[in-house]
Amino acid sequence: MSDLMKLTLAGARDALRAGETTAVELAEVSLAAVAASKPLNAFVHDTSEIARSQAKAADARIQAGDAPDMCGLPIGMKDLFCTKGVATQAASAILDGFKPQYESTVSQKLFDAGAVMVGKLNMDEFAMGSSNETSVYGDAVNPWKVDERVLTPGGSSGGSAAAVAAETCLAATGTDTGGSIRQPAAFTGITGIKPTYGRCSRWGIVAFASSLDQAGPITKDVRDAAIMLEAMSGFDAKDSTSMNLPVPNFEAALTGDIRGKTIGIPKEYRVDGMPDALETLWSEGRQMLRDAGAVVKDISLPHTKYALPAYYVIAPAEASSNLARYDGVRFGHRAKLEAGDGITEMYEKTRAEGFGPEVQRRVMVGTYVLSAGFYDAYYNRARRVRALIKKDFDDVFAAGVDAILTPSTPSAAFGLGEMANADPVQMYLFDVFTVTVNLAGLPGISVPAGLDSQGLPLGLQLIGRPWEEGDLLNTAFALEQALGFNAKPNQWWR
Amino acid sequence: MSIDTKTAGRVAKLARIKVEEADLPALAQEFTNILGFIEQLNEVDVDGVEPMTSVTPQRLYRRSDAVTDGDQQAAVLANAPDAREGFFAVPMVVE
Repeated sequence: MSDLMKLTLAGARDALRAGETTAVELAEVSLAAVAASKPLNAFVHDTSEIARSQAKAADARIQAGDAPDMCGLPIGMKDLFCTKGVATQAASAILDGFKPQYESTVSQKLFDAGAVMVGKLNMDEFAMGSSNETSVYGDAVNPWKVDERVLTPGGSSGGSAAAVAAETCLAATGTDTGGSIRQPAAFTGITGIKPTYGRCSRWGIVAFASSLDQAGPITKDVRDAAIMLEAMSGFDAKDSTSMNLPVPNFEAALTGDIRGKTIGIPKEYRVDGMPDALETLWSEGRQMLRDAGAVVKDISLPHTKYALPAYYVIAPAEASSNLARYDGVRFGHRAKLEAGDGITEMYEKTRAEGFGPEVQRRVMVGTYVLSAGFYDAYYNRARRVRALIKKDFDDVFAAGVDAILTPSTPSAAFGLGEMANADPVQMYLFDVFTVTVNLAGLPGISVPAGLDSQGLPLGLQLIGRPWEEGDLLNTAFALEQALGFNAKPNQWWR
Repeated sequence: MSIDTKTAGRVAKLARIKVEEADLPALAQEFTNILGFIEQLNEVDVDGVEPMTSVTPQRLYRRSDAVTDGDQQAAVLANAPDAREGFFAVPMVVE
């Protein structure tokens, strides 16, 4: 029975439709796996009651022949998504006790499609981090373990990646502001796609950097990413940046035929200190795409080097504005006040107690770069550089490139605590290959490619043209088939 | 650019985050490191480049200027740390 969690979304969907299992059975097996996964600290809020009632309803729909693809499939929900009546904290102390009175558009779409929510998932506080070590719930743990070291699952969607890689649920939601879906997917040997900016509604997702944030699925394979992304996507009048475009059938795009496609290899993504195994996988990936009939050519994205510094102006600036709402008045934590404290002391104490160090740092950096006298020198300059980064991509797409192949991360997962004394900038460097995609608003997918010399997974990233997730998923599908990655972590935590 | 403790304190104040006096030097050092990283942007020639306002070439979606929601007082106040008589309650703002 526990084998049910080895299924993909597609496999479980087909099994449900064939009457080989039920949504209730899938939910129970998933909930048991969740309960047995405590050492991973992936799940942070119990939603088992909701899961059981959603599973019953899903079985009724399947019986009635009205079952969308996601119907009856157990998934985890990142704690960043507001879920009605269910604790939603964005892994922050400042939202302690917050229970949204509304449902995020993306989670509502998944529920409308019949998905079953088996729990809320750990993450970096306000999605600010690359290792899930800034969470108020404590670190999430990577199911991959090759020696005594306990590894990060990556971040910020670390709980989502750990939960799916550990086969506690079939898939999970994630969000990606600078790499927070793709980097954890790469660190845990699974698949994650960030769609084009505007493809998924941001309404009801706790905001970090609004011009960069996008939701997307974290799944076991490319087909599942296609299925779940389709269910999450679509125009929403409640998000003024969501795009009013039809959502294609992404799964139908998976033909595996990429003959005649042009794949670009950007020379700027070759960085010092890249492990040999990663270099090898990258060149194998190139050869595999060529063997599948694609034209592979070298390209240049000359402003790549400036993506991280631009990001670390723009994202904190937007965060400082978005996080101004956490003031102890409308929701969440309010500091205990001393006699004589006024409203300013309430704000300052509440925010000092409620925000962790990384969030405080980014809010203050954002405040600084937006402050009088520095706005032009930092914020406007960063937005100009961002325009140039986007133009780099526009130019290569205009020259006929259909997708761009890069590594997902500069290395495999590192040990929890190993970066504790590092400069914050060192941690930021883990997003070097993913952050450009957010700045340019493009779709990007990480697929597991192989193992490094320690036996830890590494990912390759494909970047696509805006709004052409179907084509991107198909290229990723062809690459996935050629790579044939099927390694799984040992279930040491059970 | 090096950030001094006075500037760090001013930024903390602007951000409405209480930082103890003793913690300001470390904070100033962190700012200095991060801003040093950001200063690479000065190498880029941005002459004639407009700052990006929207990553997708679309005008913000518009709707008619009409009430679309309301009568949600209980839901709006449900998560307040202190709500009384239909209002958010806060410490005294004006003496």
